[in-house]
Amino acid sequence: MVQFSLPRVVNDYNMIILGHSGSPPLLVFIIQMHYLQKLSSPPHFYRLAGTLAPWFGWASLALLLAGLYGGLVAAPSDYQQGDAFRIIYIHVPAAMMSLFVYTFMAAAGVMGLVWRFRLADAILAGSAPIGASFTLLALVTGAIWGKPMWGTWWVWDARLTSELILLFLYLGVIGLLAAYDDKRKGGRAAAWLTIVGVINVPIVKFSVDWWNTLHQGSTLFRAEPAIHGSMRVPLVMMIVGFACFFVAIMLWRARCELLDRERHSEWVEILFRGQRR
Amino acid sequence: MNQPGPWHAFFALFRRDLMLAIRRRNELANPLLFFVLVIALFAMGIRAEEHGKLLPIMAPGVIWVAALLSTLLSLEGMFRSDFEDGSLEQMLLSPYPTLLLVLAKVSAHWLVTGLPLILLAPLSGVLMSLPMDAMGTLIHTLLLGTPVLSLVGAIGVSLTVGLRRGGALLSLLILPLYIPVLLFAAKAVADSTLGLSVIFPLKMLGAMLLLWLALGPVATVAALRISVD
Repeated sequence: MVQFSLPRVVNDYNMIILGHSGSPPLLVFIIQMHYLQKLSSPPHFYRLAGTLAPWFGWASLALLLAGLYGGLVAAPSDYQQGDAFRIIYIHVPAAMMSLFVYTFMAAAGVMGLVWRFRLADAILAGSAPIGASFTLLALVTGAIWGKPMWGTWWVWDARLTSELILLFLYLGVIGLLAAYDDKRKGGRAAAWLTIVGVINVPIVKFSVDWWNTLHQGSTLFRAEPAIHGSMRVPLVMMIVGFACFFVAIMLWRARCELLDRERHSEWVEILFRGQRR
Repeated sequence: MNQPGPWHAFFALFRRDLMLAIRRRNELANPLLFFVLVIALFAMGIRAEEHGKLLPIMAPGVIWVAALLSTLLSLEGMFRSDFEDGSLEQMLLSPYPTLLLVLAKVSAHWLVTGLPLILLAPLSGVLMSLPMDAMGTLIHTLLLGTPVLSLVGAIGVSLTVGLRRGGALLSLLILPLYIPVLLFAAKAVADSTLGLSVIFPLKMLGAMLLLWLALGPVATVAALRISVD
């Protein structure tokens, strides 16, 4: 009988990483896993994230300012939509990030469950509210754009509906994380929920597409972009700026989550006693 | 030692859950009454003069929403009492494959909540004045869809069973996952009232059933281990 055993897989990996295994593992693999192990050790990540976060933060500020100037001031008006099209500089990056962040969380969840990286839980918990905010932003900006263009704030179109469902999925993860007193158990439960959700997202997308579609197709990702360079460049800058913003905030939030989760561990004690003296 | 096989454990647990459900007849009847009640409330929420026009249009969606909600109502019972009296822990510690044990519990849950919904389908169709031609499709969608509700619901319950107030959270976790079932099933029934082909949505419901049959119990076992841990 096949029995599903995650701990056994994890144990095998641990034996290989820590070198308790009888058989000599591959050298390359050890080096890779050693690096991952080092990266995923909370104190190391805490320091690294503290160094990296400001870089991403400033990069995102510069990109967002440049992208907003390019999009709101420099780019010409659309011949059909007038100035109303300019909301895509917020709407499209937010919508793209809303999907990206969920996938990222699922990847973090898988890593946390398979390799038991304590860090992955903190990253997942740190990302969820950011992703939910992106989703909400995409929905609200879409509604504001929809009122003059489609004549209505809301239609039960395929993309709008799946974005709304994505928001519910995010809220479910946040609710589950908040409901557990034991943060480690909550982290594992949320990881499983995220993975189940990520399996469900393509099904939702497909079912909703089949059900009803009105939203325009993508203009950006084609062999021949259907959007002029003067409009496209600021859009790409906004997308990269949103991504940098996410990384910066995620690193900061993950640092806070780590401190909270590890508040009784030695490195946190040393860190704060050292700073007080 | 001569141990009974894994399928013996499956059927023993299946029989036990069925027996428990039959002994607690009230709990068995509640979701079904709720199902009929929700449908009746929807019909009463519409002006009586408009019934002839609106009810047949709304019937597929309303019947399926009522089925989702009544399933949600009965989900807690799948693991709650076993969690509280410790038998869930014993099941997870037992030498039998936990996937099979979870499947046994889900099958028993479907048999006492999903199957009665299918039996009530003609009644609900009559209440919502669903055209008789669409009745067959409604029963087919329920046959394929309600097992998915039990399988996906089991994941949600197992994630929240250890929480003090998991019930309110459960609906937030589970209902978004139920949406594809609702869309395919309700549109299939609606299409059949128009005389359109319903092969495609029925195939999709079947595909979803197979997918969740394969993946649902894996996630449920993992979530139960977290809750019992």
